[in-house]
Amino acid sequence: MDPDCGEASRILLQLETLKSTKTEIERQISALEAQLQEINLQHPNATVPNGSCPPVIPSVDSGYGHDLSPQMIYRYSRHLLLPAFGVQGQSKLLKSSVLVVGAGGLGSPALLYLAACGVGRLGIVDHDVVELNNMHRQIIHTEGFIGQPKVRSAATACRSINSTIQVVEYQEPLRTSNALEILSKYDIIVDATDNAPSRYMISDCCVVLGKPLVSGAAVGLEGQLTVFNYNDGPCYRCLFPTPPPATACQRCSDSGVLGVVPGVIGCLQALEAIKIASEIGEALSERMLLFDALSGRIRIVKIRGRSLQCVACGENAPFSKQQFQEFDYEKFTQSPLTPLPLKLKLLRADSRINTKEYKEKLVSGEAHVLIDVRPEHHFKIVSLPNSLNIPLPSLESRLPEISSALKEKEEHQGTDSGSGGRLYVICRRGNDSQRAVQFLHKMGFTSARDIIGGLEGWAHDVDPNVPTY
Amino acid sequence: MLLFLLVSKLCRFSDMKLTVEFGGGLELLCNSVKIHNVNVELQSGAEKLTMKDLLSWIRTNLIKERPEMFMKGDTVRPGVLALVNDCDWELSGQLDTTLEEKDVVVFISTLHGG
Ligand SMILES: [Zn+2]
Repeated sequence: MDPDCGEASRILLQLETLKSTKTEIERQISALEAQLQEINLQHPNATVPNGSCPPVIPSVDSGYGHDLSPQMIYRYSRHLLLPAFGVQGQSKLLKSSVLVVGAGGLGSPALLYLAACGVGRLGIVDHDVVELNNMHRQIIHTEGFIGQPKVRSAATACRSINSTIQVVEYQEPLRTSNALEILSKYDIIVDATDNAPSRYMISDCCVVLGKPLVSGAAVGLEGQLTVFNYNDGPCYRCLFPTPPPATACQRCSDSGVLGVVPGVIGCLQALEAIKIASEIGEALSERMLLFDALSGRIRIVKIRGRSLQCVACGENAPFSKQQFQEFDYEKFTQSPLTPLPLKLKLLRADSRINTKEYKEKLVSGEAHVLIDVRPEHHFKIVSLPNSLNIPLPSLESRLPEISSALKEKEEHQGTDSGSGGRLYVICRRGNDSQRAVQFLHKMGFTSARDIIGGLEGWAHDVDPNVPTY
Repeated sequence: MLLFLLVSKLCRFSDMKLTVEFGGGLELLCNSVKIHNVNVELQSGAEKLTMKDLLSWIRTNLIKERPEMFMKGDTVRPGVLALVNDCDWELSGQLDTTLEEKDVVVFISTLHGG
């Protein structure tokens, strides 16, 4: 055996052990920090054993006409030096509370800045766990937290930046059943979620409770930002009284997103929350910021004001707490609050085969043509050998290609294939492949079958070496 | 040459130069082109161009696929913001908004991701 190889595996093993110890220690630290914060809040003047940390939000007057401790003055000195912000702005910030819903691409930078700037109490809501494919944009999380709750990871990061603020963790999905209670404890709400029903629900809840809402969104290479329900401005429903069709809602997991784009919007969300909390400047109410990363353009447009006909905040319709709790946001938007990959079932069982069956066909050498209907840039990431890439939108115009590929296979195989060449269709998760097979059947390709679960299913059940994305 | 000048002069009376932009994914319906500098011909006899006219012109001339992702009935589908010169068309009369030469009309699909 190569001595270097033995050395490498010894180091790897040691790294594994150390990393798991580190994770455990970090978990203990964050638990202790949370405990200490509770104590500090109940007894604001209790000092920390090593005396290095000031108590959380001291209420003692320093004798300078404000209640900033020497430590706070030093920590926030660059804020205090800003004439437009100063002691007054910082004091308001320290007394404010902000809730960030979603610790993902938008929530990551928003939370980091809100913790760093000294928001007195910072709440985080998220039900998800940290995954490897989050890391490129959800910069609050570190590799050591993969597989752990995002809320815990984000709270640990916030506490390590600023141990003098209170960080509250809500490791649960936001629902109509818990939203009123959670949101009511905060002055300002930041919507950093990733789906339509959550956006309607959070806005309505803010209307019911009279809270300003800093709303951001980003997909692909574009971002949007505005402030709702602030100073008699519009709410989300004033702007979008009718939800869009579910098919019009792009998701980062399908459409992709350049990591820094939600980063830019998340930073701006923190900025708007800080402005509202410290009562400086003009919040982005009745205006919307549109960010186009590719062209490097930011456009700020004027949007409508509060609508008197609005179902949520209008003249004769203010939503009651009970109405809010009974409203079905998933039904309203035709999409789930905690989105899972769509699983269509368009075809009869005899028009489909599973990945293991397809593997058997490969092994037995059955003559067939495999069509991959994903977009070309997906196909470039990973594909199965001998598959023919015909993206779904161009399927109709490229039918002749399929016919000639089938004919070639039949001739190659001789006459023993009987019923004619088989046609299999694959995509990423097994939805578009069903749409394709439906269409192919209609066009006379009756042997077409879709591979259930697509490439993800193949990677999961047949070949774990095939990368997923 | 003279004829060309004459024609272009005539056109100036019946055409309107506009910039039409798509964003938030709507550009995917127009071959992924976001900015379109267009000449919209006025209907014969018409003296003005409204957003309603422009929408039907866009549907015919710019939208290449899935028109239902852009329009519903004679207006934009829910979830699309229409802006005339950086201002919500709700503030200028929606479909009745009158357009003028060199106006910039933007259609943005609202984003939900994060
Ligand atoms: Zn409203």
